[in-house]
Formats: sequence, structure tokens, C-alpha cells
Amino acid sequence: MMGHWLIVPVLLPMVAAILMLLTARMGRAVERSISLLSMLGLVAVSTVLLNASLSGDYQVYALGNWVAPFGIVLVLDRLSALMVLLTSVLALFSLLYACNGQDREGRHFHVLFHMQLMGLNGAFLTGDLFNLFVFFEILLIASYGLLLHGGGPLRSRAGLHYVILNLAGSALFLIGVGTIYGMLGTLNMADLAVKVAEANPEQLRLIHISALLLMVVFGLKAALLPLYFWLPSAYSSASAPVAALFAIMTKVGVYSIIRIFMLVFGIEAGVLSNLAQPWLLPLGLVTLALGAFGVLSSRCLRKQVAYLVVVSVGTLIAGVGLLTVESMAASLYYLVHSTLITGGLFLLADLIARQRGDVGSELRIGPTVTQPLLLSTMFFIAALAVVGLPPLSGFIGKLLLLQAAVQQPSVVWFWSVILIASFFALIALSRTGSALFLKTDDTATTGVRAGGASLLAVTALLLSSPLLAVYGDAVSGFTTATAEQLMAPMQYIEGVLGPQQSPMVSRMGGEQ
Amino acid sequence: MTLLLIVLIPLLGALLVPVAAARGRMGAAWMAGALTATALGLLLSLAPQVFAGEILVSSWAWMADIGLYFSFRLDGLGLLFALLILGIGLLVILYATYYLSPKDSMPKFFAYMMLFMGAMLGVVLSENLILLLIFWELTSLTSFLLVSFWRHRSDARQGARMALAVTGGGGLCLLAGILLLGEIVGSYELSVVLASAELIQNHDLYAPALVLILLGAFTKSAQFPFHFWLPHAMAAPTPVSAYLHSATMVKAGVFLLARMHPALSGGDLWFYLVTAAGLVTLVFAAYVALFRHDIKGLLAYSTISHLGLITLLFGFGTPLAAVAGVFHIINHAIFKASLFMAAGIIDHEAGTRDMRRLSGLFKYMPYTAVLAMVAAAAMAGVPLLNGFLSKEMFFVETLALQRLDEWAWLIPALATLAGVFAVAYSLRFIHDVFFNGEPKNLPKVPHEPPRWMKIPVEVLVTLCLLVGVFPAFTVGPLLATAAGGVLQAPLPEYSLAIWHGFNEAIVMSLVALVGGVLFYLLRHRLFALHARLSPGEFGAKQVFDGLIRGLLNTSRCITHLLENGSLQRYMALLVGAAITVGIYAAAQHGAVNFSMSGTSIPINGVAIAILVGLILAGLGTVILHRHRLPALVMLGVVGLCVSLLFVYFSAPDLALTQLSVEVVTIILLLLALHFMPQEAKADSGSGRRWRDALLAGGAGIGVAGLTWAVLTSPFETLSGFYLEQSVPGGGGTNVVNVILVDFRGFDTFGEITVLAIAAIGIHALLQNLLIKPNEPGRYGWAPAKPPLLLEVISRPLLPLALMVAVYLMLRGHNEPGGGFIAGLVVGIALVMQYLASGVEWTQARLRVDYFKVIAVGLILSLLTGVASWIWGYPFMTTTFTYLYWPVVGKFEVASAMVFDLGVFLTVVGITMVILAELGKLSGPLAPRPVQNKGESR
Repeated sequence: MMGHWLIVPVLLPMVAAILMLLTARMGRAVERSISLLSMLGLVAVSTVLLNASLSGDYQVYALGNWVAPFGIVLVLDRLSALMVLLTSVLALFSLLYACNGQDREGRHFHVLFHMQLMGLNGAFLTGDLFNLFVFFEILLIASYGLLLHGGGPLRSRAGLHYVILNLAGSALFLIGVGTIYGMLGTLNMADLAVKVAEANPEQLRLIHISALLLMVVFGLKAALLPLYFWLPSAYSSASAPVAALFAIMTKVGVYSIIRIFMLVFGIEAGVLSNLAQPWLLPLGLVTLALGAFGVLSSRCLRKQVAYLVVVSVGTLIAGVGLLTVESMAASLYYLVHSTLITGGLFLLADLIARQRGDVGSELRIGPTVTQPLLLSTMFFIAALAVVGLPPLSGFIGKLLLLQAAVQQPSVVWFWSVILIASFFALIALSRTGSALFLKTDDTATTGVRAGGASLLAVTALLLSSPLLAVYGDAVSGFTTATAEQLMAPMQYIEGVLGPQQSPMVSRMGGEQ
Repeated sequence: MTLLLIVLIPLLGALLVPVAAARGRMGAAWMAGALTATALGLLLSLAPQVFAGEILVSSWAWMADIGLYFSFRLDGLGLLFALLILGIGLLVILYATYYLSPKDSMPKFFAYMMLFMGAMLGVVLSENLILLLIFWELTSLTSFLLVSFWRHRSDARQGARMALAVTGGGGLCLLAGILLLGEIVGSYELSVVLASAELIQNHDLYAPALVLILLGAFTKSAQFPFHFWLPHAMAAPTPVSAYLHSATMVKAGVFLLARMHPALSGGDLWFYLVTAAGLVTLVFAAYVALFRHDIKGLLAYSTISHLGLITLLFGFGTPLAAVAGVFHIINHAIFKASLFMAAGIIDHEAGTRDMRRLSGLFKYMPYTAVLAMVAAAAMAGVPLLNGFLSKEMFFVETLALQRLDEWAWLIPALATLAGVFAVAYSLRFIHDVFFNGEPKNLPKVPHEPPRWMKIPVEVLVTLCLLVGVFPAFTVGPLLATAAGGVLQAPLPEYSLAIWHGFNEAIVMSLVALVGGVLFYLLRHRLFALHARLSPGEFGAKQVFDGLIRGLLNTSRCITHLLENGSLQRYMALLVGAAITVGIYAAAQHGAVNFSMSGTSIPINGVAIAILVGLILAGLGTVILHRHRLPALVMLGVVGLCVSLLFVYFSAPDLALTQLSVEVVTIILLLLALHFMPQEAKADSGSGRRWRDALLAGGAGIGVAGLTWAVLTSPFETLSGFYLEQSVPGGGGTNVVNVILVDFRGFDTFGEITVLAIAAIGIHALLQNLLIKPNEPGRYGWAPAKPPLLLEVISRPLLPLALMVAVYLMLRGHNEPGGGFIAGLVVGIALVMQYLASGVEWTQARLRVDYFKVIAVGLILSLLTGVASWIWGYPFMTTTFTYLYWPVVGKFEVASAMVFDLGVFLTVVGITMVILAELGKLSGPLAPRPVQNKGESR
């Protein structure tokens, strides 16, 4: 049994944050030590959790010892373990990068950072819809603070948009949850899945409405068309380590879509089965296409990376929308890859901008960077990975996705959009690389050489791409197992609520 | 394993070369040369087996589930290409060592070259098609690095980008094609694919798969209309042109045609697509080559034309044509590489490649001239040279073609025409450069190159002669093996003799030679005619640039159209999306059934009065929203009405909470108003106002309808369990409180964390926010002092409020109250002190670190949760017991109360933080605005 490990990813960052509040007067060194130590601990615990999830059993942690569905439960399955570990790894290197000096640009960076992690981990682990809302609130309110970290008018403006939209999103979330509770009288996800499948015909309409409202909310977080427009300016104006961490924020939306629409409204949900699918595939593809146009249109590296985040979300959602084990497995592989690489790219963009004087990350002629060979090599690798060119993880991810779609009726659309978007990204990033590293005006560079910690952070994140490719078999084996788990919601239900008579079976039986 | 090493050695070389460069410039070259020679040696050690007819395959699993294996294959075709890659590679390395100037970074150049060599070897030695594609794209990428090697030249950068866009894009098509092929066959291993021709060609997916694969091959091998990238890639250093753009990389496309020949060729679709592309390219490029003034430009178009010839041969789909195609691959690689090297020498020694300025170089560099002339003659197809033999075979094949019936003459005729052009441009290359008078305005006096720079050219030219004179002895076995590798079947009868008797093919050759000379003699008139017909630079480049520019402009348009940076629009989209999905879902599931039945809500006069008040106040807020103070007051009324409703529907806890939250927030908002103008600007046009009104109205009606529908539906919840378990399980009779601190205590735990983060966030934010100092009357707010009476009353209010708070706290578990409400009550009392006595007065008396208060609050709730671990229960498991105190009597102590205390402290803490921060901004403690960085607005 997992004992109390399951709740540690939620509590550890909180304890660290409180400690940092209490020791605020003891200086930066203490704060950084607490922060990094807690972060390392979090990575360790996440690894333990991932390891525990490999068996395929569902670990359930009943808070207050109140049994589900009456109390709140945390549930560990492969997907949640994967997301928690992914978050920890990304956060570790973002934090390391921040410790190079950007954590000093405003107050309470480390506290907010850890609170954000608490929210993220809670959202990935909870098995309760309302509790998911609570953790959304935690991660959002911490992200408001982080987004504005460092200040400045651009950031304030983009931050304001982000805050207001997300507040509206939260209100919508509440309306959705309230309606579902009003219909089904429960908040536990497993119990909801059971109740949705058993819902009587009069209830279907309202459940359907609230499910789609939730989809809108998650779509806002995930940055899905038509709700992604806030993202490019918000992400590109955030400070680099924050932007890097935010690479996981859109994935929270994607995660919630997967969780809710695979479990509660999944294949065993009776009349309301798979109700998100008709929306997800086209919306994902159009988001992907528009994101690719955004990548082409960017005149600034940071903005370009932000659009690459949109592209990755579109790709993911389209993959999820195909709704097969293969496509889900491919999407999850792509999720890991795209999170780490876009995170790394945000950090890299900052490294580059710092060595280009006043030109910064603008894509126009500027001085040669101080470390041209190092930075151009890093950029080359990152670009290969993010465009999806061989032999890195982006290619493997795309390969898996394309293969997964081959027997679907939508294959022509799916392939065309993905391949053409890759082509656009290839054109865009070759222009970017050319503008940053080839076409320079030979003025003396004013930039300082990148510090060891920041280089380590970027290198580690970029290195994930070749590693994900080399160990592609192991990773895709895990994501396939995860997808199989997701496609069998009854397993989850029984894991949380104990053995059940399958509602589908009883339903079918009743009708015959 | 040896096979793997052949590919890996150059790839590792990319790392070793820079290391070796530590020992000086030549170190890099020696390392590159040594590694290439090693790989060549390994390849040769395997050659006997291949000549004996074996196909060597070694395979390792990579991602077996999706059919991706790390598997390599060496058969005749692979051997031929690997020999070309390594052999010519070795010569190019030698050549480049003397070609590169001291300014160029030798380690970088050779590292890229090795990377390319490894990728190219991977293409020709892959057994797995996806692996082949991986290496295929790598060749495009390394070509990008090599073409842009002289990064300061804009033509090099553009050429590199264009080449990458075209070949990389083609690679994406190839990927799709290979995936389809794998779907048809069920495997990506060539051994399986090549044996499944029947299955493939009868499959529905054959046509799309073929088209996609051909797109990959044509872009790589610069077939019309994708040919244009190749001339622009000539901005690369000449060794790169010689290696990539004549001998190896551009051959990858025709390699693919050869490789897939057994599986894909034979059908009509293959024939028409491949033949058409090859034929057009052959003639068109030969024609264009004639008019290039740049030597490398001429050679580039000549290369395109020869690639067209090879493509055409493979298009025929017959075994003999395939043999001819393989033969021409060998010959072209040899003579064209030597020509590029010669061009590089001329450029290097004369300082220009423009044939209008170069003339009479024979005088200055006779030796190089002779070498170049032999190679050019081979290109023209002069007898006794290798080019003649394969060209002859090509002519024979065009004549032997049975497919076109009455149009059968077309291909031989066009082939002869292309031959005429080829002779003409070859002649031009020789005559214009080496003869034709004296050189004009050369930057330097030309002379022979260094000894070692000529050796690679000599080797290649010798090969031209040897193959041309003794074909059967020299190239015969290799050709047979390679052709066998292409066909994967027994070879047809063919003869490699120099003379086959006087036949039609010889006539075509003669026509080409004579016609070519005539054409060259008429060149001045032709140039004039050409200049008149195509004014300006004829260019696919212009088209390509236009397309790219169009794409960029379109994407900018789309992006700006969608993202105008307007929050109103984004909100409208969010609300609109919610309405849309709501309507969509509501329209499903049959007819709507409005019913009043089942409602459990007593509606009467009082309720209606409150509801009307609520609606009016809500409307008032909207109408007055630009006048900030009245709008805020209206908002307060809305909150009050909601509280009243709670009271009316017997929810005292909610009413208390709502009331206190309302008071605190409204007052805090009022304080914040201090920093804002009284009136908001009207910033929406009437059109947008109507849109927003519509959306807001729709959303409001939607939510109202939703609520109504929920309230009128039969309702079955978990609340029964909570009511039952509240006392025995949670130890409290106030179910609401027990839910908050026990059943769903984890939610509350999360929510107080939200509050704490909000406080921290506000603190962090306001540190950076620069607000103009509080000039009196700046925004028109009256700077009046608070009335004395308020000051007097507020003082005793604080202890009273504290007492009420303690009372609410203690009774919370059983009666309406609890830590949250208690915290807010204290908050209100503190707000009162601020209002009544001013910031300074209060601040001076509240010397507490607010964050410590918050931290302690959080710690208390955390500890309550963790404490249960000691007894082996999950986080936040509560316990309770009853104590008998004197005077009070039976008193319940529940662990949840400690948690509640934590909630209380956190709420108090955050109220104080916000007050303090707002106070700091407005009072004399406000930070002086720092006018720097232009950040303040």
C-alpha cells in the first residue's frame, strides 16, 4: 500500500511555502535552499508514485477517512502519476533556472511557485469534481501572482486578461458543477460515472449541458479554439521560468478533459457516452492550424514559443478526440514531449534574448550572441524536437499520432493538418534560426555568458527529447498501458467505489 | 554490426572532428579523412559477400510496437551508393582541406560533413523504411547547415532555407507515403515491402501512397517543378555542391525510386507520373543550363537535367531501363563531382565564376583545363567516356518503349533535344571558360591550384576514362550487383560494349553532338532571343519567395484578425462558447418539458419582494457600471439581497458568511476606488454594446433556466448521509460546519490556501505596482476626515467583535458560526478601525507580521490534518470528545475545531494584509514612486 505518500505531492510544496513565509527574513539563500530541497523531494516522491502506478492498481486515499463517495478521495492511476512526475521534472528545472537571479525580480517567487505546484498536483490527484475546482483555484490564484512576477506594463496588461478570463471560467466551472450536483447528487468522479450511466431520460439534457459547460472551462485552461487568444501574450510576457512552468498549465486543461470525458462521460456512460468527441477532434485540428499560422506570424521568439504551445495543445486535443487506445497513447507521449520541450524553449529563448542586447528575443538583425555555438546548437535541437523532425521525440510523437489515425474516417484531415502544420513550423523555425544566429550585424555583444545553473536547466529539458526518443519503446509502452486504463472506466470506478455491477450491463439487461 | 559501424563512424565523427581540431586545423581534416577511410574499409570488407549475391541485414528493435526497427541492409544498390558516398566523400574531404580559407572554421565544416555523410549512409543502408525517413530528413537538415555555412551571405541563408523548406516538406510527404505503405503491407521492413508488389499495387491506398512517396523523391532529386532549390543551394562552398548537390544527396530521390522499384513500379500511374516528371525536368533544365552565366549555375541545371534523365529511366519501369538508370547514376556522380571541383578551382584561383568574364583560362591553368574538358565531354556524352555509354543505353530504352502507341516518337525526340542542349552547354563550359579570348577584369591572376587540390579531380577523371573505355572490366561487376539490388530479381541481358553497331541510338547521339555544336555556334542570337522572351530573371525563386511572403502575410492577417488584444472580445467568445454549447446540448434529448411540479421552494410575497430587489440591484449595477461608487453600492445591495434569501430559506450559516464577506469585500473595494477615477471611460461602441448585452442577456437567461430546471427536478443527493453522520461521525450538530471542516474539510483546506495565496500575491504585486502619489483631489474623491463619532464608537467595537468572534468560533460546530465567519467578523472590526482612525493610527497599533498570522493559520490546519497520521488514519481524519468543565458544563472538543482555528487565523491574516497594502499605497507610508525604466504609466 502507498500509505500517505499519495498526499505528499500536495502537502510538501505547501509546507515548503509556509516555511519560506516564516523564514522570509533569513535571506535568499535560505529561501532557495528550502525551495530546491522541497523540489527535489517532490521529484523523488513523484517517482515513487509513478513506480506504484505501474502495477495498474488504483491507489485511493480517503481524506478524513470518509469513504467515497461521501468524502473526498485522491486517486492515483497511471495518468495522474505521469502528470505529477512530469510537473515535478519541469518545475525542478524551471526553478533551477529561476535561481539564477530571476527569482529576485519580485517578492514571494518561491512561495507562489510552490503553491502553484500544490494546486497542480492536487488537480492531477483528486478524484472529486468539486475538489478539482478547489485545486484549480489554488493553481490559478498562484499563477496570477507568478504571471505578474517582475512587473511591468506589458505583463500587467496580459495578466489582467488572464485573471479576468479565468475568473469567468471559474464561475462557469461552478455553474457546471452545481448543475451536475443538482442532477446527480454526488461529486465523486467515479460515483458520477456510475450515476451518469444510470441517469434517467429527463436528466440527460441538463447533464449534457453541464458536461459541455465543463468542456468550455477546460478548453479555456487548455487554450482550445476559440478560447486560446489570451495565451500568446500572457505566456510571452511572463518571466522565463514562469512561462516554462506554464507549459504544464495548458496540460491541466487537457488532463481534465481526458479525465472527465473519459471517465464520467466515457465509453460506458450510456446515452451520454463520448459526448465531447465530436467537438474535440475538429476544434483540436483548427486550433493546431491557427497555432501554426501564429508561429509563422511571430516576430518575437518568445511569442513564437507561446504559439508552439497552442500548436501542441491542438495536436493533443485532436489526438484525444480520435478516442482510440492508440491515439490516446500517442497523445500522452506527445504531451510529455511537448511539455518538456516548450518549457525548455521558453528558458532557451530567455538565454538567447539576454545575449542579444536591446534586440532581445525580437526576430530581427542583432548582435551575435556571446556563446554562438552553444546556443545555436541548443536551438537547433529544440527546433528539431518541437517541429517534429527526426530523430527526436517530436518525430516519434507525430509518428505515433499519424499511425493511430490511419484507420479513422478523419485520417485525411488529421494527417493533412498535422503535416502541413509541421511544414509551417519548419519554415518558421528555419527563419527564426537564421535571424537569430546566421544574420547578425557583428556589433559587439553586451550579453553576459549564461550561468551554470541556467545552462544545466535548459540542457536537461532539451535532453529529454533524445531520451524520450531512445527510450521510446518504454515510454510508449507506459502511455499505452495508461490509455488502456483510461479506456476502461469501470476499472477506475471499481478501484474507487469497490466492486460494482456494471451499469452498462444492468442497463442492457433491463432492456432485453 | 559492421553495417551499423559504417553508419555510426561518420556520425560519431561529427563529435570527434572538433576534438581533433584541438591539434590544429589539419587535425580536423585528418580525423575526417581517417574516419571516412575506416568506414570505406569496413564497407569493402563486406563487399565480397554482396558481390556473391547475399543481402546482409542486421536488426535491433527500437519501437517494435509501431514497426520501427533499427535495422540495416546491404545489398547491391546500397553497396553502390555507400561506395559513392564514402569514395567521393574521401576525395571531397581532401579537396575541401585546400579549398577552405583560413577564415572558415574547418572543424565546424568537417563536423557537418561527417554528420551529413552518416545521414546519407543511413538513407542508403536502412532496411526499415521509417529509419530511412529519419536519415532522409537528417540529410535535409545537415544540408541546411552546410549551405548556410557562409552565414554572412544572404544568398547562402536564403538558399539554405529554401532547400530545407522544399526537401523537408517533401520529407513530410514521404513520411505519409511510407506510413500508408506500412499500413498496406503491415511492415516497414524493405525485405517484406519489396516482396509485396502485388498486394501494394492492388490496394486502394496505392495511389495516395505512391503520389506521396514520389513527392518525397522528386523534391529531393530536384525534379520539376521542385527543381528551383538546387541552383540556390549552390551558394554553399563548392565542396558541398560537389558532394551533396551532385554526387549524393540529390541522388537520394532517384535512390528511392530505385529502392522502391520492385514494389511500386510497373503500373500506369507510376509510368505517367515518373516519366512525365523526368522528361520535363530533363529537357527544361538542359535548356535553362544553356543560359546560366555562373559556372555553378550551369552545372546545377545540368545536374537537374541528368537527374531528370535518371528519373525518366526508372519511370519506364522495365528492367533494362533500371539498369541504364543505375549506370547513369554512377557515371553522373563521377563526372559531375569532378566538374564541380574544377569549377571550385576556377572560382578559387580566378576569383569569379561568371563565364562572361572568364575566358582563355587554358593559358593559365592548362592542366586543370584538360581535366575539366574530359569531364565536360563525359557530361556531353562523347564516345570513349563513361557518359556516352549510359546515355546510349538511355537512347536505346527510349526507343524500346512500347507504351505510348502513336506518341512513341515523343520521348526519343525530346531525349535527343535534351542531348543537343547538353552538348551545347558542355561546349559552352569548355569554350567560354578556357578559350574564347582573354579574361576580363578578373580580381586576380589565375594560376594552377595546389597539387593536392587537383588529385581528387584527377582520380575522378581517370575513372571517367577507364569506365568509358573498359566498361565491362571496370564497372561491370558493380553495375550488375547494383542493378540486381534494384530489381531484386535476375538481371536482364545487356551488353556493356562501346560499339553496338550502327543503330538508331548512335544516330541520336550524333544528332545531339552535331546539333549541340550548331546550337553553341548560334549562341549569341539565342541569348538575345532568350533575353527578349524572358525579361528579367526567370524564376521559380520569385514564385517561391512570393508564396512564402504570401504565407507570412496571410498568417499575420489571420493572427491579428483573431487576436486583437481586446479583453471584451475574449470574454465575448468565452460567454458565446458557453451559450453555444448550452443551446446545442439543450436541443438534444427530445422536447423540453416545462413543469412547475416537483419544486420544493415556497414562493410567496416575501420571497418575491427579495427577488425583485435582487433583480433591480443587479440591473442597477449594470446601468451604473461607469459610475464606480454608485455601482459598488448597488453591488452591495445585490449581496445583501442574496443574504436575505439565505435567511429566508433557513440557511443561517450561508447568510452569515455571505453578509460578512459582502461587508469586507465592498469596503476593501471602496478603499481601492481611491486610486481610480470616479467615472470609467465609455470604451465600447454601440454595436459592441448590443453584442455584449445580447450575450450577457443570453448567458443570464441560460443560467436562470438551468437553475430553474435543476430546482424543479427530482433530487437525490448524498445529503442524507451527511445528516445521519453529522453527530455520530463528525461530532457536530451543525451539518454545514461539519461538512466544511470534516466531510469535505479538504476543500476548505484548499480554499483557505487560496486566500493565503491571494494575500501573498497581493503583497508581491503591489511591490511592483507604481501608483502615482495621492495628490489631493486627483480623482475628485473628497479628502474628508472620518467623523469623530465613528472614531469613538469603533474603539470599543474591536473587543466586542473579538468576543463575538470567539463565540461564533466555539459554537460553530453545533450552531451557525465557525472559523470562517469568525475571521470575517474580526476583519470587519479591523476595517472599522482603519476607516475611523486612519491608516497611521491603526498601523502603529497593529505591529504583527501578517504573514506569520497566515502561516500559523495554515500550519494549524495542516497539523490537524497530519496529526491523524500518528494514529494511522488518513490526512484530516477527525476525532472528538466531551469534556465537563465547571460552569460551562458538558463541552465538546473536536480536532476539527483546531482546524477551524486555522481557518480563522488565515482569514484574519489576509484581511489585515490587504488593508495594510492598500494603506501603504495611500498613506504617508506609500512608497515614493521611482521614475525609472519608463515603467510607470
